[in-house]
Amino acid sequence: MRAILTVENFASNLVLTFWTPVFVGIFIAILTYALWPRNKAMFDAAARQPLRED
Amino acid sequence: MTKQTDSVKWMTIGEGGLTVILAAAVFLSIIAAAKAEDTAYAFHVTLAGFASLASIFVILNRYFERGALPPQEIDGRPNYNFGPIKFAAVASVFWGIAGFTVGLLIAMQLAWPDLNFNLPWTSFGRLRPLHTSAVVFAFGGNVLIATSFFVVQKTCRTRLAGDLAPWFVVLGYNFFIVIAGTGYLLGVTQSKEYAEPEWYADLWLTIVWVTYLLVFLMTLVKRKEPHIFVANWFYLAFIITIAVLHLGNNPALPVSIFGSKSYVAWSGVQDAMFQWWYGHNAVGFFLTAGFLAIMYYFIPKRAERPVYSYRLSIVHFWAIIFLYIWAGPHHLHYSALPDWTQTLGMTFSIMLWMPSWGGMINGLMTLSGAWDKLRTDPVLRMLVVSVAFYGMATFEGPLMSIKVVNSLSHYTDWTIGHVHSGALGWVGFVSFGALYCLVPWLWNRKGLYSLKLVEWHFWIATLGIVLYISAMWVSGILQGLMWRAYTSLGFLEYSFIESVEAMHPFYIIRAAGGGLFLIGALIMAWNLWMTVRVGEAEEGVLSSPGAKLQPAE
Repeated sequence: MRAILTVENFASNLVLTFWTPVFVGIFIAILTYALWPRNKAMFDAAARQPLRED
Repeated sequence: MTKQTDSVKWMTIGEGGLTVILAAAVFLSIIAAAKAEDTAYAFHVTLAGFASLASIFVILNRYFERGALPPQEIDGRPNYNFGPIKFAAVASVFWGIAGFTVGLLIAMQLAWPDLNFNLPWTSFGRLRPLHTSAVVFAFGGNVLIATSFFVVQKTCRTRLAGDLAPWFVVLGYNFFIVIAGTGYLLGVTQSKEYAEPEWYADLWLTIVWVTYLLVFLMTLVKRKEPHIFVANWFYLAFIITIAVLHLGNNPALPVSIFGSKSYVAWSGVQDAMFQWWYGHNAVGFFLTAGFLAIMYYFIPKRAERPVYSYRLSIVHFWAIIFLYIWAGPHHLHYSALPDWTQTLGMTFSIMLWMPSWGGMINGLMTLSGAWDKLRTDPVLRMLVVSVAFYGMATFEGPLMSIKVVNSLSHYTDWTIGHVHSGALGWVGFVSFGALYCLVPWLWNRKGLYSLKLVEWHFWIATLGIVLYISAMWVSGILQGLMWRAYTSLGFLEYSFIESVEAMHPFYIIRAAGGGLFLIGALIMAWNLWMTVRVGEAEEGVLSSPGAKLQPAE
């Protein structure tokens, strides 16, 4: 197959070569943030936030 | 700026500015009413003129009556702003009952077409958008505004940002509802599902919605808590995304600025694509993200247990907002939309199983250590059953997005059943649960007037939902199978009218289910009304200093 440059080809190449790894990277970063052991205390406190009366 | 002679009381920029803008609006409404090209437009600009005039009166009256502006804190505690929330809570109950009633009427019209009364204003075509907008945007929208303003204040420990702005949001939003609803009855529509209001209503909603975003953001900015609680993330995603969807789907060119008719900028398959990008994300961000915020605050609060896994809630949030935005094309299977786009929509819909069920598990497991409360507390039971319905609807949705399943289910009552298991079971029940919590908190009552009535509401409404969705499953699959049935000679086995006839008993069962759901909501309205009227006041005014300490307003 000859590669013809069309808007569709360009868009799908961009998605495959650029956005997929970027979003996978962002998702891994979010997972790391959520699971990082040092953040646990902060998250445990946040989980109780609705229960704190003022 | 005007200055009072005997004191140093100044009009705020908001009060002065809004008065001037509203005065200009009155003037412009008179011109527009005089030059109006159709009656519906004339009626709407006249309403706008009267609403502006009334607002000017209320703003000036408040200015002359008030002392200083309400303080941010009283005795070191936040002076929460509950006024606009109370209005939105009452409005949600009112619109809920109106929307359920219209839903019941159109359900009966399908079973007994004579109920169209042969009048244009009561025809199914006009009442159906009235029903969907009333339940989704009027009932659901007011619940979201009320709970978001409550939750953001409580979890940030700060008073709502803005002085008039929160009132502008609540009243402006309800004015939009009135314009949209009366427009449908008068035949004003741009024929985009769930986005029927015409250009002038859309412009007004844009102004209101941006103010809503600003009030919410500025409240977050001045928070006293370092961490932004997860419910606020969901509310913020809901507010921002609805703004983007509204602007993306609705660009239109009016035929005349003095008439209601306009033409949408998009055409053909692009219009369809935009419409269902909007339509599905109205489900994803209005009816899901917003109400998940309610789940993350009200279930822990009511169960008196912390969020089961805060880590999961973070992953849940980012996964759901990233995936939902791509799912819209599943509404356009086997249409002129490119095949790859349809497959993309289907793929993302299937991936949504994960975050949806992750969120459901997080909501349900928040009850760990408090499961016994389900026996004794019908409000908590309502909240938890709503999450169960959420799980059921988000299982069914991805299933129906699969192309081969969709080829059977599309255009049939199966879709209507699916939507209502989400709308009645999830959105309805989580809203009722939130209102049952919110009303005693806002009006400073010890508890609800009657938990027994909540029990009645719960069981009657649950029975109604079961009747509704099972009738629609049977009717939808029956309809789909009849449409595709061939004889041995290759002819269609049934005429269309035969499938309509076959659905008649299920339409009656569906209407009965809707009727039960409406009865439940009427019981709730009575219960909430009595809670406010005769409920016992909370001792020591612990939960809301606003009621006692707010300066005379």
